[in-house]
Amino acid sequence: MTATAGSGTRSRPGAPAPATPRGRRRPGLVLAGSGLALVLAVLAGVWVGALPLAPGAVVATLLDRLLGPLGIDVPGGLSGTQEAVLLQLRLPRVLLAALVGAGLAVAGAAYQGVFRNPLADPYLLGAAAGAGLGATLVIAYSPVQSLGPVGIVPLAAFAGALLGVGCALVLGAVTGGSHGPTLLLAGIAVAAFLSAGQTLVQQKNTDDLREIYGWLLGQLGKAQWSDVLVVLPYLGASCLVLLLCGRALDVLAVGDDEASSLGVHPGRLRLLVIVAASLATASAVAVSGLIGFVGLVVPHIARRFVGGSNARLLPVSLLIGGAFLVLTDVVARVVIAPGELPIGVVTAFIGAPFFAGLLWIGARQR
Amino acid sequence: MSTPGSGARVEVVGLSTGYGRRQVLDSIRLTVEPGGWLAVIGPNGSGKSTLLRSVLGFHRHQGQVRVDGVPTTGMPRRERARSLAYAPQIPVLPEGVTTADYVTLGRTPHRPLLAAPRGVDRQVVADVMERLGLSPLADRLLSTLSGGEQQRAVLARALAQQPRVLLLDEPTASLDLGHAQQVLDLVDRLRRQDGLTVVSTLHDLTLAGQYADRLALLSEGRIVAEGTPAEVLTPEALSAHYGARAEVVQGRSGPAVLPVRSAG
Repeated sequence: MTATAGSGTRSRPGAPAPATPRGRRRPGLVLAGSGLALVLAVLAGVWVGALPLAPGAVVATLLDRLLGPLGIDVPGGLSGTQEAVLLQLRLPRVLLAALVGAGLAVAGAAYQGVFRNPLADPYLLGAAAGAGLGATLVIAYSPVQSLGPVGIVPLAAFAGALLGVGCALVLGAVTGGSHGPTLLLAGIAVAAFLSAGQTLVQQKNTDDLREIYGWLLGQLGKAQWSDVLVVLPYLGASCLVLLLCGRALDVLAVGDDEASSLGVHPGRLRLLVIVAASLATASAVAVSGLIGFVGLVVPHIARRFVGGSNARLLPVSLLIGGAFLVLTDVVARVVIAPGELPIGVVTAFIGAPFFAGLLWIGARQR
Repeated sequence: MSTPGSGARVEVVGLSTGYGRRQVLDSIRLTVEPGGWLAVIGPNGSGKSTLLRSVLGFHRHQGQVRVDGVPTTGMPRRERARSLAYAPQIPVLPEGVTTADYVTLGRTPHRPLLAAPRGVDRQVVADVMERLGLSPLADRLLSTLSGGEQQRAVLARALAQQPRVLLLDEPTASLDLGHAQQVLDLVDRLRRQDGLTVVSTLHDLTLAGQYADRLALLSEGRIVAEGTPAEVLTPEALSAHYGARAEVVQGRSGPAVLPVRSAG
């Protein structure tokens, strides 16, 4: 029995142990810290903007709103205009950013776990390419802007993302069964095909180029309460399923044969996790476009704190992902105010150096 | 307390399987008594690993595998996992996971899949790790252990399943002689203390002859010899099935195979 490390580095037998990294022994503390980071990020998100809102007054207003029906008045709230900005602009935007970031990060962590591949991200199986094609098609050709209360672009993106992943799953099943590598290759083939379709449609409709690019780069600027309410059930349900699958994913991490010998059905589990992660991705993409980097890197950041166990990794990824995207959105709004940077650009600009720094610190600790 | 109950009788009846059209195993018939150690030997590509994987139900096959008379085919996977534990030839060791967490995975068939490990699970894991001398390594990352320590961790993970049968695919493949002996001594001790039934593949014939109480020689998908090490390990059999020139000398605890170089 030759021992091999599951992913990444080959083990160095007898190498001096880095022992247990900090936090790995106190998962509860890391979880609480990530939760606190999310709360602080949300507060920062509603506070910062063209019209600054004092954090204390924001909290007072929110408490007043929440406790009002109980007949409790909380004094020290915001003025009328400020309250409108908070409730109609800031709050839905910040909450949407938190939801999207959380969904993408937990989906990315789940994909990485299920494929035992640290380079996996939520867009791997054709979700991004499918969503891109769907959105581009309706931006270019749809005569209507919305169906009922829901915009046509989110609907098309959502359908496209699920269609892309569906094609990848079918192609993977037809060509090689449930094993991870075949499915990955199937996803790459589907993504390439759909991307080509998207580019074709885009090039034939250069008038819509600006709008299409705006969508592709990701956006939270038009966030409304309806967006939050539309994605909440899908994101909530899929994230819950993924969090519950954490322990099972830990079993899958030892390989299909050993997972089977431990009483798990690798194929069924993989399908469940992929479907749930893809649903989370499709929901996030539908309301925010293609925001890159979060789903790939946030799980790695979380791994620095809690180690490789999916049972701990998934909840921490969820919280850090939410906090990360809320803070990135703040930066996107502030840097060239009153203009805004595309959030997909900012996630990479902030995330890449931050992640490089973490890698550097990690290497020095070894 | 880590392994209650005792070993089970394993019967393989008429087991045949293949990859695509190529038949790999042909009507295998084997019986391992409770508490026995059967080593499946045979040249490369003779189907040893496939046999082990078929017994575990990973591989579609005809014929039957019975554990204490109960066919495993209809058995729910979790129930099967409570009687059969498996350590593959090349275990996948997950990144960033501590030894204790890895060994705890062995408790999976004993607890609800979504639930956290309970007190009894932690106790079993602690006992097994103590027994295998892994307690000081509990909080170390699996990837930082030496090859021999990793092998013991894999064994501990299998034992935490509290199985009745231990299926080991080449447990010594990557170990030097000393570490190989340590692992096999350990398996032997567990077998004697707990009455565990052991089925292993072993490519090292001398080690197989020293440790197993029965050998089955697999050649081109068929069992061509079965019996005690002295009955199976003969120069004639080694010549016929391995194409090897070897003498068999009688060691203190079993036959030893001594390769002979060709004259000229």
